[in-house]
Amino acid sequence: MPLNREFIGRAYESSPPFEIGRELVRHFSTAIGDASPVSHDVDAARAAGHRDLVAPPTFLTTLTFRRPSGPMGDPDLGLDYSRVVHGEQRFELHRPVYAGDVVVATSTVAEIRDVGRNEMMKIVSEITTVEGERLATATNTMISRGTAARDETAGSNA
Amino acid sequence: MSATTVRYDDVEVGSEIPAREFPIQRWQLIQYAGASGDFNIIHWNQRFATLVGLPDVIAHGMFTMATAGRLLTEWAGDPAAVVDYGVRFSAMVPVPDDDRGATLTIRGTVEEKLDGNRVAVAVDARLGETLVLSQARAVVQLT
Repeated sequence: MPLNREFIGRAYESSPPFEIGRELVRHFSTAIGDASPVSHDVDAARAAGHRDLVAPPTFLTTLTFRRPSGPMGDPDLGLDYSRVVHGEQRFELHRPVYAGDVVVATSTVAEIRDVGRNEMMKIVSEITTVEGERLATATNTMISRGTAARDETAGSNA
Repeated sequence: MSATTVRYDDVEVGSEIPAREFPIQRWQLIQYAGASGDFNIIHWNQRFATLVGLPDVIAHGMFTMATAGRLLTEWAGDPAAVVDYGVRFSAMVPVPDDDRGATLTIRGTVEEKLDGNRVAVAVDARLGETLVLSQARAVVQLT
């Protein structure tokens, strides 16, 4: 079943604010094999000119799972999660992400369109601190396999 | 900062970030699931993964992206140096339940020197001959 195009333009705010703690920065860094001292040792981070532990560039993906927001859980969207694969991902970091940041994501359905027999849905998330400072823009493109509307004029019974 | 940190003046368009091998084993996917919060069952349960037609348990795309990111952050000497990073996931990374798992080979090439001591880098991440990330690009802040 095709995705509901009425969702294009809808925006969702994550709630409650997500507190980026030092131990989660360490946990995530360890899990990706990143031993950078500035992600593990506060003194090393400060010595390098950072105000606290530095999160790796893809760290904000944790927000997606720990503060799920957006249209994916809405049955009206018509998304069958078992058909979904991650197509593209981008993080534009307006400044480093630090332990101690408390953040909120506003996610907008930027695009839903057919790509062959599949559909793609692009969600753009603006991540800001609770103080209103722009932190990052995350763009997540998902592919819904085989759900594009069938072309009824094609004449196929298959 | 690491003594081996690369400097803006030392790189030219075409400069290579030498290829490195990154082994991935099952336990790392479990650890990544816990750290990221992505507990999608296809990333840790072989019975389920094969039931839905996958060749094996597959690595999180975001784990592959993060691993390729390490090539950049370790080259630059600081995880804060990567200011823009985007990829397309072009192939799955099956991770067999054996002593070797899967091994990614990741390299980079400086494509452009930008203002403010920034460089645009193209990343090449492969499993064997297969490109697992395509159109993988980053902007890296150097000193």
